Amino acid sequence: MSSMRAFVAVLGRDVFVTGRELPSFLAQVLVQPVALLFIFGKVLGQLGYTQPGYAQILLPGMIALNAFLVSLQNTSFPLVLDFSYSREIEDRLLAPLPISWVAAEKMLFGALRGLFAALLMIPIGFAMLGDIDWKLSGLPFAVLCMVLGSFAGATVGLTVGAAVPPRRINIMFAVILAPLIFTGASQFPWAQLDQLRWFQVLCLFNPLTYVSEGMRGALLPSVPHMAPWVCVVALVAACGIFGVLGIKFFLRRALD
Amino acid sequence: MAPAVEVSDLVKRYPKSRSNAVDGLSFRVHRGEIFGLLGPNGAGKTTTVGILTTRVVLTDGDAKVGGVSVASDPVAARHKVAVVPQRVNLDRSLNARQNLLFHATYHGIARAQRHRLADELLDRMGLSDKAKARVDDLSGGQSQRLMIARALIHRPEVLFLDEPSTGLDPQARLFVHDRVNDLRSEGVTVVLTTHDMDEAEKLSDRVGVVDHGKLLTLDTPEALIRSLPGSGTIDVTVRPNGVDSDRLLDLLSSVAGVERVERIGTDRGGGEPEPRLRLYVAEEPSALLGPVAATLHEHDVAVSDLSLGSPTLEDVFIEITGRELR
Repeated sequence: MSSMRAFVAVLGRDVFVTGRELPSFLAQVLVQPVALLFIFGKVLGQLGYTQPGYAQILLPGMIALNAFLVSLQNTSFPLVLDFSYSREIEDRLLAPLPISWVAAEKMLFGALRGLFAALLMIPIGFAMLGDIDWKLSGLPFAVLCMVLGSFAGATVGLTVGAAVPPRRINIMFAVILAPLIFTGASQFPWAQLDQLRWFQVLCLFNPLTYVSEGMRGALLPSVPHMAPWVCVVALVAACGIFGVLGIKFFLRRALD
Repeated sequence: MAPAVEVSDLVKRYPKSRSNAVDGLSFRVHRGEIFGLLGPNGAGKTTTVGILTTRVVLTDGDAKVGGVSVASDPVAARHKVAVVPQRVNLDRSLNARQNLLFHATYHGIARAQRHRLADELLDRMGLSDKAKARVDDLSGGQSQRLMIARALIHRPEVLFLDEPSTGLDPQARLFVHDRVNDLRSEGVTVVLTTHDMDEAEKLSDRVGVVDHGKLLTLDTPEALIRSLPGSGTIDVTVRPNGVDSDRLLDLLSSVAGVERVERIGTDRGGGEPEPRLRLYVAEEPSALLGPVAATLHEHDVAVSDLSLGSPTLEDVFIEITGRELR
């Protein structure tokens, strides 16, 4: 009982701090995807370098990207700092709740931030690209993929954040984030990659692929896509595997 | 009632380490006591405190705080302990007062109560005008005091203070010492780790000296000092009046109770040079003042200064842990 109360209090602290830093949070989660959406969806389209339907394909992918990547970054980045120079997290590690719950709180909160960032992309996308034609009955499944994608991102974030030593944080961007951004089927439909088989196979290792494909399949059923059940199974599996791994690494960092 | 802290045959071996950081340590801290845990760097103090505050997993043996085993029920143990670490680990995203409030919330203190306690503690720690200050804007001493306030807000049974006055100016040090003494009168048990022997001697009811993960001795500072053989000293400055210095050393060494005589310098206050000598004595130095003065008088050596030096906890520490650098 007291552990539950402490869990809520720890989550409350994170929500409180985010509330106070809202402008910087928004900048952090929106600038990059909005810029991508603008260049690839709007600018290239108007210059005639992309086909007219490309913006349609891009928007669900960008929402998926935000869900997965914002969750990942918002879980991993603070953790690397917390465990190195600031040691801020110690206060929570000494609160009366199991250490694994502190890890779970970090994931839950990272996922919530990712989910929020993904939802924000919807009105922005509609306003920027105009003329978006979604199949509304696919919305519930798209939301399910978005939620699972946020949690998958947060679990990967916990794993990375607890495993990467602080002095390697620069490398984290180059060798982890960039490949995740570009192998996640968010800028292209995975099912049409059959001419580029090796890349298609590579994309299967990125959980983001299943978020993008699941959402695109639900909202734009006419675009070739991966089977929905495959997306759900893969995302649940990713959450399970990285969740366990992340908590294991977190415990290793938190306890000597 | 269970002791505040009970450590039995505690062992900690870090992975990849060839020796035990804590190696069969046992001691008890009584309730309401201020207990000093002393030892050279790397002696196992921090590991022991880490185990007692649930941050380090023990390898063998048992450690209890307030009767709760830290290994089998760490969550309950965290209710009972608080730590003031050496390094600032305040929440930088919150201001001073919020640091206290959120900490209290984690520990389930009701809203009205935590607001009252936060204001009370800020006042007591001399931080009332810093309530809204950002953590980054606090000085070292202010951060330290805020961490003490934070530790106290959930009313722990045992407070662990890790090197509480390292890096503080003398005023801040005194302030912290006064607050620790206040805790004693409130019945909070304090476990203090320090290298500062004056601090340990001044604050602790009992001290335990640890080295190589083992407890070397445990007693009140006074008893430890008393147990130290030959560390009382008498410093004497003389006008030899023709007696040469070797003869002088022989004379003083022959006084019963004097173990060793050392020449520590020469005063050249104008006239004849006056040698200064230090006598190491086995018993209470004041008892030897008479015999020393009498011996010198007999040989017509004039005494121009005579002072007593009593051993300190530092002498005890050096005696039992050795002089080597770690």
